[in-house]
Amino acid sequence: MSKIIDGLYYSESHEYVKVEGDFGFIGITDFAQHELGNVVYVDMPEVDDEVTAGEEFGAVESVKAASDLMSPVSGTVVEVNEALEDEPGLINKDAFENWIIKVELSDKSELDGLMDAAAYKDMIGE
Amino acid sequence: MSYKFFPHTDEEMRAMLATAGVKSLDDLYQDVPQELQLKKEYELPESMSEIEVRRFFDELGMYNIPMRSFLGAGFYDHYSPAVVQDILKRSEFLTAYTPYQAEISQGTLQYIFEYQSMMAELTGMEVSNASMYDGTTATAEAMMMAVSNAKKRKRVLVSETISPYVLRVVKTYAKYQGIQIDMIPAKGGVMDHDALKVELEKDDVAGVIVATPNFYGILEDYTGVAEMCHEHKALLIMNCVATALSVVKSPAEWGADIAVGDGQSLGIPLNYGGPYVGFLCTTKKLIRKMPGRIVGATKDADGKRAFVLTLQAREQHIRREKATSNICSNQSLMALYVTIYMGLMGAKGLKEVNSISYSNAHYLAESLVNTGLFEMAYPDKPFLNEFAVKTKLNIDELQEYCNDEYLQCGLKIADDTLLIAVTETYSREDCDDLVDACVTFSEEKEGK
Amino acid sequence: MNNTFYGKLIFELSQNGRQGYSLPENRCAEYKMSDLPKGLMRENAPLLPEVDELSVVRHYTNMSNNNFGVDTGFYPLGSCTMKYNPKINEEIAAHREFTGLHPLQNPETTQGALAVYYLLQTSLAEISGLKEFTLNPYAGAHGELTGLMILRGYHLERGDVKRTKVIIPDSAHGTNPASSAVCGLDVVVVKSRPDGTVDVDDLRPLLDDTVAGMMMTNPNTLGIFEQNIGVIAKAVHDAGGLMYYDGANLNPMLGKVRPGDIGFDIMHINLHKTFSTPHGGGGPGSGPVGVREGLEHLLPNPRVVKVEEEDYEYFKLECSDKSIGSISGHLGNFGVMMRALAYIRTLGRDQLKWVGPLATLNANYIKESLKDVYELPISGVCKHEFVYDGLKDKSTGVTTLDVAKRLLDYGFHAPTIYFPLLFHEALMVEPTENESKQTLDEFIRIMRVIAQEAKDDPEMVKTAPHNTPVRRLDDTQAALHPIVTWRELVAENQ
Repeated sequence: MSKIIDGLYYSESHEYVKVEGDFGFIGITDFAQHELGNVVYVDMPEVDDEVTAGEEFGAVESVKAASDLMSPVSGTVVEVNEALEDEPGLINKDAFENWIIKVELSDKSELDGLMDAAAYKDMIGE
Repeated sequence: MSYKFFPHTDEEMRAMLATAGVKSLDDLYQDVPQELQLKKEYELPESMSEIEVRRFFDELGMYNIPMRSFLGAGFYDHYSPAVVQDILKRSEFLTAYTPYQAEISQGTLQYIFEYQSMMAELTGMEVSNASMYDGTTATAEAMMMAVSNAKKRKRVLVSETISPYVLRVVKTYAKYQGIQIDMIPAKGGVMDHDALKVELEKDDVAGVIVATPNFYGILEDYTGVAEMCHEHKALLIMNCVATALSVVKSPAEWGADIAVGDGQSLGIPLNYGGPYVGFLCTTKKLIRKMPGRIVGATKDADGKRAFVLTLQAREQHIRREKATSNICSNQSLMALYVTIYMGLMGAKGLKEVNSISYSNAHYLAESLVNTGLFEMAYPDKPFLNEFAVKTKLNIDELQEYCNDEYLQCGLKIADDTLLIAVTETYSREDCDDLVDACVTFSEEKEGK
Repeated sequence: MNNTFYGKLIFELSQNGRQGYSLPENRCAEYKMSDLPKGLMRENAPLLPEVDELSVVRHYTNMSNNNFGVDTGFYPLGSCTMKYNPKINEEIAAHREFTGLHPLQNPETTQGALAVYYLLQTSLAEISGLKEFTLNPYAGAHGELTGLMILRGYHLERGDVKRTKVIIPDSAHGTNPASSAVCGLDVVVVKSRPDGTVDVDDLRPLLDDTVAGMMMTNPNTLGIFEQNIGVIAKAVHDAGGLMYYDGANLNPMLGKVRPGDIGFDIMHINLHKTFSTPHGGGGPGSGPVGVREGLEHLLPNPRVVKVEEEDYEYFKLECSDKSIGSISGHLGNFGVMMRALAYIRTLGRDQLKWVGPLATLNANYIKESLKDVYELPISGVCKHEFVYDGLKDKSTGVTTLDVAKRLLDYGFHAPTIYFPLLFHEALMVEPTENESKQTLDEFIRIMRVIAQEAKDDPEMVKTAPHNTPVRRLDDTQAALHPIVTWRELVAENQ
């Protein structure tokens, strides 16, 4: 049974957004890290890159799978989680603690199109 | 139906059909609609015994005319050690599949690791993939890698001094990828750096492809080129002649991001165009953008050193429609070829190969010029073992004349220009014979 | 035969001052390479090993002992058609009259080689029921890319630029969608029915005027013949698309069915699969591409063309602007073509026709012999290969991977595992026509032994293999922290 945290926004492609003021922390859900298995690499954008809702911004790789990261929201990357460069397995340890990018949101109304914890829970069937 | 490749006896066949639950071999195709089944014999010759097969190919072989060849243009007749050919026959290497089951494929995996190590050394780059089909497709793959790395840029610049045989393949791949190829003109046989600068300043270039030695055999000076590319966020891709890299400035020393080329010059026989082996080396930073397979070192359950296919998440069978390269295999056996070759030759042997080729080529160039029939096409440019000469002789007729003497005098690259290569496999006398043939041809022409 | 001394890397055998080569004396030594400008020369020599000849020979000979090939033992790797590679092919391919030819040599001096190309090309066309083949692609995947370029080129030359969609079954080889993407085509996946064949009802709505074509392999990756192929081909053709045949599974069709006769327009062949050329541990391969009449002009440059004069004929190379362009340095992996032609001439029309039926017999024999202990998700007659969905008894926790690894202990190569993706525990077996009943019986016996071991001692099976040169490898560490060169390995150990 995967961990799901209330108060976050979830996408159908298993990313989450944790909103703090004008900023959003984007990562993959605990369910997604389970499905992938041991994460061996996280391909991240650079600071100041623009991300667009519904578009790819990077990828996570395990030994036998690769999955594109789709941004749930639009905005500008203000920080990337550099700890993941040396230790991508942190995502397996705690996917919600170890976000991937921090974005300055350009359109907060996009959040309305995402799922809440309950809806996401339904989607993954747990 | 007794045949050497089909071990089924009549009795066994009956038993197997019974187990399979059918009455005849035809019944095994009962699910194939009758109208789709082949109702005739293939229009092919009857089977042949080994004696007949040998004779058949012997007869075809007589239509090939062996030549002493001064052709190069990316394909060179270097010395091929007996050891390599012999080890390549080992069926444990020859008849294995891709090393998916690492526990029983350490032979393949280890030589690929050695290959990667040697190619990284030769190019000076940090990493190499497990090899590619050939130099032309490796260059096209490097182009796609640069475009995928640049994300939104779809323009690639190519120096006019690159081999046209590489260029035409790059252009085909580019067309179907929607990549725009623009040529950087040559000046005096080398790329015009000012023209490159103008194009780079448009800040829409994903990569720049240059050659060393270039198509005319010239060692170009790429000082400042990598810096210029990087300043404008373009990758520098260098297409190289493998053997030359042991002595000429390496792609890494020039600051290239990707080194590609054909490994044929590392002793692989000319084979009428293949099999050869392509190489693609890059920086550690770009390793996950690199196409093809990669072998890595790891440990087994007992802690013993072992090798395994790694970073497979990049590959086509996992990425499927998201893949940026569709390459599945490498050119494994030919990678083994060049690995054994480099193992035998070492850096010293490779240097000697280049040194003798250099001396032979310079001797031939000077001898040809001394006849008064030829002049160097690019007299002030340094070359290693290949050079272009201009002549007033009719090149087509000269080639035909030389062919009759069992000589290939070089490749016609313009109406008045021949591209000539010499390696260590040809002696001073071979060079003299070519010069003599040219002189005799000219005299006979004038005599008429 | 595993002497640890020979488990070293060649770099570890190196001693400064040794050499493994001999070259002639430089007789033009008055011309010195050291005269080249310093700024164009390499500063440090590459770090290559220095080893004597015998050490090199022993090193690689011993290394080969850690490998398993078709000549070593039964190799039932599904979808890979690991058939016997006849020795005569190797002898023919080493023919010096051919190996010394330079690709840019005057074609008048290479007529024998061009004849080999032409004869193989026309033989493949006859076997496939298509008009003409190019042999230029270097491998199956390269052929696939070339074939798709032709497919796309066909629409582009008519100005029908909106056709960018290629339909691919969900059971397809991973290369199909990857090749499509590299060719600039958009992939649309069509679902399979429970029996693994294409769902025609799912297909029909996808067929609009943006469809460039459809890729299929038949029999499909489950070894099932797509009976609806006639209906599918008509639907795709009616929608204006072309049918592409992935020749990976051509082997069972030999003697029985020709792709060109059942609606396919373009196809590639893997010579190492159907036509017995060695796989070489991952190449060199050859991936000829065939087309039906009307598409020949799109074949890649150069083409080998036969010219018939009144009293003689000869071959020439031809390049055309209408072609998709060049996809290889010259004419592809010529050495591989020599082998394939030797194979076709050796078997001839009277023996080639048995290849498909005997490969199919062998597959069905194994399939029926083990279905009481291995889960057979699709019953009925298969073609050259079939898929089990793991052990029937799932309670032991022993997976398909474990069964595969345990097979290695018994001296068999493992079947293909976890492909196709339609089943969780896919175990795909392809025995080929060359295997005897005795070999198949022994494989069947061992598969039963493993099924029993899974019950009696699951832990032992899960930790297999136990008797191989190395045990299971840590591939997570390899991917997490890639060490891909000798230099990195040395740095790591310091």
